[in-house]
Amino acid sequence: MNFDFSDDQQAIKRTAKELLAERFKMERVRELAEAGKYDDAAWKELCELGWPGIFIGEEHGGQGLGTVELIILMEELGYALAPLPFLSNAAAGLVLNAAGSDEQKERWLPGIASGEARGTVGLLKDDGEAKLVPHADSAEVILLLGHEGARVVERDQAEVAPVDTMDATRRFCRVRGDAGEPLEGDRIPGISRVAAALAAELTGIAQRAMEMSVEYARDRKQFGRPIGSYQAVSHRCAQMLLETEGARSASYYAAWCGDAEPDTLPLAACMAKAYASDAGWRVCTSALQVHGGIGFTWEHDLHFFLKRAKVDGMLYGSAREHRDAVAELSAPREPAATVA
Amino acid sequence: MDLTLSPSEQAFRDELRTWLAENHPGEDPPGDDAAFEHRRTWQLKLFEAGYAGFSWPKEYGGRGATLVEQALFGEEMARAKAPPPVNILGMVMGGPVVITHGSDEQKERWLRPILTGEEIWCQGFSEPDSGSDLASLKTKAVKKNGEWLVTGQKVWTTYAHKAKWCMLVARTDQDAPKHQGLTYFIMDMEQDAVQVRPLYQITKEPEFNELFMEEARIPDENVVGGVGNGWAVAITTLMNERAGLGASSAAGVRIALEELKRLAAERGADEDPVIRQKLAQLTIEVELLRLNSWRGLTQIMKRGVPGPEGSLPKWQWGEINQTLTEVAVEILGEEGAYWGSPWTYRLLRSRANSIEGGTTEILKNIIAERVLGLPKLR
Repeated sequence: MNFDFSDDQQAIKRTAKELLAERFKMERVRELAEAGKYDDAAWKELCELGWPGIFIGEEHGGQGLGTVELIILMEELGYALAPLPFLSNAAAGLVLNAAGSDEQKERWLPGIASGEARGTVGLLKDDGEAKLVPHADSAEVILLLGHEGARVVERDQAEVAPVDTMDATRRFCRVRGDAGEPLEGDRIPGISRVAAALAAELTGIAQRAMEMSVEYARDRKQFGRPIGSYQAVSHRCAQMLLETEGARSASYYAAWCGDAEPDTLPLAACMAKAYASDAGWRVCTSALQVHGGIGFTWEHDLHFFLKRAKVDGMLYGSAREHRDAVAELSAPREPAATVA
Repeated sequence: MDLTLSPSEQAFRDELRTWLAENHPGEDPPGDDAAFEHRRTWQLKLFEAGYAGFSWPKEYGGRGATLVEQALFGEEMARAKAPPPVNILGMVMGGPVVITHGSDEQKERWLRPILTGEEIWCQGFSEPDSGSDLASLKTKAVKKNGEWLVTGQKVWTTYAHKAKWCMLVARTDQDAPKHQGLTYFIMDMEQDAVQVRPLYQITKEPEFNELFMEEARIPDENVVGGVGNGWAVAITTLMNERAGLGASSAAGVRIALEELKRLAAERGADEDPVIRQKLAQLTIEVELLRLNSWRGLTQIMKRGVPGPEGSLPKWQWGEINQTLTEVAVEILGEEGAYWGSPWTYRLLRSRANSIEGGTTEILKNIIAERVLGLPKLR
């Protein structure tokens, strides 16, 4: 029993943290977000390092590592708030890996692994539209998952309409499309890993918001003493730690299940996404409260974290939807439902 | 990362599970005294099988169990719904303090009867005016003719009326700063100068007692850890209390959650969308308590001592237990009002969970100051 990363995994975490801190200083994140862009040069650099294909098999040009290695990157990408098409592309890789035919994998996974022909995933609503599809306008392939089935659609064959969301660190689109070919395998193992990855990103965001709050509460003085010495503030920070650590345990566990206990993966992933979606928002809103007025200004960086946390919470199944799936999956009866 | 049990851990758990199935003492009989004797017999049975003082080093009659084995022991005891052994305070707090701070003579005298259940231990820390602010305690010990005379009042002393020994913290230096003038004693409860009065809780049970001391006598050799070191010794006790709670409390609430789900199914409440969401949220939080405890355990194994993050599971556990019993009583509806209903009892009893063993507010202070490094309140 060892609930911690291996030495190799620690090394991945360290390297990712250092590199992202260097490439994504807050001024840079702000500049990209305000311009509605992602960092093409940084993306190319990460592609050369093999990040997009970290979990994809070597036969498809990936590194052949696992879900745990993927969520290590996701947590650090969240911590750095990196404006990159990483998650969308990874989501496509995870779902294709799980549900794609051999031909579909052969065709799309190498581009996803190299990052040169990216993919993304959208969840179709009852009106036939996927409302929140990250980076669909620059992806080559879009996987559209609906209650009636799933399709692999090339971008040019789909209706892709960019939409402004509150999260300016990602480019979202609305997508419709009946073309392409069916995706027939079991997508649950894929979408469950996507949920674990998002939970890890939310953990990184929450960690950063908590660190910003603690630093501010140490420095900021009112009534002649640091506001962090007041329990109304310090107990808020303790609550942030509780929720951040909970999200962390849940996402690490789900990722580990992805690699070692696939039968437990769907439930563990739903738990992680449900908890982290709430925790990400609550930690960020609490951080804003600790910062007071300055935290509500555009010039302060906190709102970028808060907004990405909120949209991450909605993306690929909300907390409520995932809790419904948890109720179903953990009921004494036969499990039936899942989120996607 | 590897969350599977090693073959030896697996074997240990299977052996324990089998043993518990064959030796389970059954539920406590009605009546406090009968229940007490029942748990004392259970303690002896555990001792004879080598399961008492499980975490203690082998040289003191324990088993020198690894942290993982200790966590598994707690999980299995909860899973089997086995009652706690009667001398739980002696085993979790008293014994470890004597092992860490005691002299060879003290170890020789006190350790074994703790494990056998022959001598029951209680804890005299809190006072009416010193709860969370433990170091402000006023109970006074004065040295006279080579022995100590103790005068004062203690409160929340579980099993005081059954105990042979009391872990007592008293002020031995009135002039020293409050954390420095304290001394940790082991006091013999069998003397007239110590009076015990039951304290009825909101559940109408006398689970705790008040303790009144009027020049109670303690020989000098019953000082543990040296005169004036009482605060440091007491902190060891509390750290042990909290570290020991994680895994077994996670297993305890998991069983309570299963009972709650059965109740919901019986009453058809599991189809109600609001109740479903609440049950799912509890399912998640119960699982997170387990995962956080295991992650904390990994950290202890790497660093060697329980750290302040050991305060997280205690806090989480209290909140989960309180919410869980609220949902149960919500499902019961008006019948939840009936006195004597087990869930109603648990609803009321759970209100102590955020107070006993360190209030949630104190735990938050510890996290804020020692984990997050926020400036001290005082």
